[in-house]
Amino acid sequence: MSKSINIKLRVWRQASPKAKGAFENYELNNVPTDSSFLEMIDMLNEQLIAERKEPVTFDHDCREGICGMCSLYINGHPHGPDQEVTTCQLHMRKFHDGETITIEPWRSRAFPVIKDLMVDRQAYDKIMQAGGYVSVNTGGVPDANAIPIAKPIADEAMDAASCIGCGACAAACKNGSAMLFVAAKVSQLALLPQGKIEAAKRAKAMVAKMDELGFGNCTNTGACAAECPKSVSLTHIARLNREYLCAKFKD
Amino acid sequence: MSDTKKFTTIVPEGQLADKWSNYKAHQKLVNPANKRRLDIIVVGTGLAGASAAASLGELGFNVLSFCIQDSPRRAHSIAAQGGINAAKNYQNDGDSVYRLFYDTIKGGDYRAREANVYRLAEVSNNIIDQCVAQGVPFAREYGGLLDNRSFGGAQVSRTFYAKGQTGQQLLLGAYSALSRQISKGSVKMHTRYEMLDVVVIEGRARGIIARNLRTGKIERFFGHAVVIATGGYGNTFFLSTNAMASNGSAAVQIYKKGAYFANPCYAQIHPTCIPVHGESQSKLTLMSESLRNDGRIWVPKKKEDAEAIRAGKLKPTDIADDDRDFYLERRYPAFGNLVPRDVASRAAKERCDAGFGVNNTGLAVYLDFKYAIERLGEATVKARYGNLFQMYEKIVDENPYKTPMMIFPAIHYTMGGIWVDYELQTSIKGLFAIGEANFSDHGANRLGASALMQGLADGYFVLPYTIQNYLADQIQVPRISTDAPEFLEALKDIDKKINKLMSIQGKRSVDSIHKELGIVMWDFVGMARTEESLKTAIEKIKAIKKEFWANVYIPGKADDLNGELEKALRLADFLEIGYLMALDGLNREESCGGHFREEYQTPDGEALRQDDKFSYVSCWKYTGDDSDPELLKEDLTYEFTERKQRNYKE
Repeated sequence: MSKSINIKLRVWRQASPKAKGAFENYELNNVPTDSSFLEMIDMLNEQLIAERKEPVTFDHDCREGICGMCSLYINGHPHGPDQEVTTCQLHMRKFHDGETITIEPWRSRAFPVIKDLMVDRQAYDKIMQAGGYVSVNTGGVPDANAIPIAKPIADEAMDAASCIGCGACAAACKNGSAMLFVAAKVSQLALLPQGKIEAAKRAKAMVAKMDELGFGNCTNTGACAAECPKSVSLTHIARLNREYLCAKFKD
Repeated sequence: MSDTKKFTTIVPEGQLADKWSNYKAHQKLVNPANKRRLDIIVVGTGLAGASAAASLGELGFNVLSFCIQDSPRRAHSIAAQGGINAAKNYQNDGDSVYRLFYDTIKGGDYRAREANVYRLAEVSNNIIDQCVAQGVPFAREYGGLLDNRSFGGAQVSRTFYAKGQTGQQLLLGAYSALSRQISKGSVKMHTRYEMLDVVVIEGRARGIIARNLRTGKIERFFGHAVVIATGGYGNTFFLSTNAMASNGSAAVQIYKKGAYFANPCYAQIHPTCIPVHGESQSKLTLMSESLRNDGRIWVPKKKEDAEAIRAGKLKPTDIADDDRDFYLERRYPAFGNLVPRDVASRAAKERCDAGFGVNNTGLAVYLDFKYAIERLGEATVKARYGNLFQMYEKIVDENPYKTPMMIFPAIHYTMGGIWVDYELQTSIKGLFAIGEANFSDHGANRLGASALMQGLADGYFVLPYTIQNYLADQIQVPRISTDAPEFLEALKDIDKKINKLMSIQGKRSVDSIHKELGIVMWDFVGMARTEESLKTAIEKIKAIKKEFWANVYIPGKADDLNGELEKALRLADFLEIGYLMALDGLNREESCGGHFREEYQTPDGEALRQDDKFSYVSCWKYTGDDSDPELLKEDLTYEFTERKQRNYKE
């Protein structure tokens, strides 16, 4: 049976990219513990609208943990205190009555704030455009079963490919590095015969773009993997490093 | 109702299996030098939009792509879980292009166009090849070959999958192809943009008006052709499995410019969603249909057991096997738990209405993996469905390995949509609709794992051909200035609409009105409809529309990032769609697929079609804000299949 709790919120409000932001305090009562965290923010926004105030702007879309749009920094953790969930799948039962919850946007140089809790993550798209693909056109490809792929390899590629591009890894990293994001794609495609052909070129191009866009360096602290809602493993970073070094060595 | 007119659609000559080949052999093409001079606007970056934009860019067209999210990778196709169908027959279990075609036509309750559906089945195999070449990590057998699973409405295993994240992997494949074209400059990407209108010049689509959601600025874009790939309108119901921003606005905009809206009443209620938890619920989460491969659906046999469970006095695990009613297996021995979605949803509703529902609301049934775990072991079940079980546990806070899942039907997909011809062109020249946004391939009910197939078929393998047949005549048309009077006129209308919305300054939030619409849709235009319920819905929707335009409150400014204004613009259009759905449902005096009229059922409670009267596509033509639309009827003829009462019992 669902319970309700009363909570206090400290929410980052910032009118525009260049405006000076600040925390605002709100109180919210009778929050059902079966609600998701974003449904709690919906309630806050309904309350603000009723008071003729501007609601809090935040990114969200699928609300089932897969689109990677939601991006809240809750009590010092990307996607909050629960493990292996995005913000939209965090539920209020993880908080207790009377608790103060601090909500911030992703804090990372490469993800500037647009408004309130919404940030600009186009940098991730740009890294993908630098080489996160196999260069095949539509049509003229071989039969899907023409190249067998060992199940453990296919499974590992799938694990890497489960990255949702939310940005929690870079937001969690003290250096603001996007290594786990880049590694997930490089690793997925390097593991598969279809992606192997361009593996070296891809690793170099994606890492160069990441550096160019202002992401920091990886110092193997592992915060990214610990906070990743999809449990993308650090071993992919090792594979990226291997691909990258081999590619550089050949140059 | 206004006068009705019948028409037929031209499909290529020949036997079913030859039609698409004949079309491709005789269509007009555009040469490479001319492709560069032609601009194509593609709105939406889901499976259909992203695959179309990437493929058209590869061909050499100049593509402008638009999405409302911050990245094209986030379109709601990403959330499709279970799989994608193809007629590969890798399992040697009797599958073929014809059988996939037949299952799809039958599954759609004989309300789709034969030639379109056959083409879909025909290109399905190319899709799997394409995705594997892109590096999509489909599930594989130990021998290294691709694995398949079964889905509802089929007796073969033809569904390819990537864990429970097939939509994600297919979309990321299309997104990577799109990213490659963006880097080459053949596609110009516009993220956080929302289309507000189509611009029609001399009867042809020539561009769009879109709002930059970051700045609130209204911008104009020219295209020699415009492609709508904006998905379905399930969010009319407020609570659905769609993403929060999924909307039907592009469809309504082009409908108001003359594109027909086809079969709006065909909406799919998905049988396996997580039940509603309470008032603050913002969306519903689907549990993949693939779970019905190994999960068994049941409710208690005895009413007193159901009552005790609802009161919290009994647990589902307390009910002995003999006291469980596996109602799908009981009613449909041949297909069992794998009957099509509409059949499974109605059967759940029937049991709950009869007082056998569980959960404290009585609006849920069980999906039980106890038997699968006994048969296969927990490790195998975990390997197949682990991520879905984890998702369920995070949301409901119960462990589905130990206690059965609770599920209930929810609005999921809309088979209706913008009317298109065989070339996927709408009734406005140069305006195309692909993927869920069009009405074309699923008839009155879509089979599981067929949405991904249709989205990618349209985007990779159909539109890139058919759009050239149109554009071949357009190579002499210069790029038209966005200062042309038609652009300025459309802009003026939008400014007027937005100013009106902003000036109401009433007392109701957008969501509060949307929730009210959703309740009316669910109660009166939901799983079971009657003449009376639909008439009630029409009156209620009119009243909600009036309330919206008189009493909505939108804070903030129009020329700034403003989420409430975005939602209000979408709700204005959902109100139009809700009305159309009810009107169409009222007109269609039969039951077929997802449209169930209680007056028309067999003695066993199955959908009863009226082929003599309703073997047509309902095409609604806009006639103005103050009058009902005109109904045109595209005649559906079945040359190659014999229409039967659907039977999943034997």
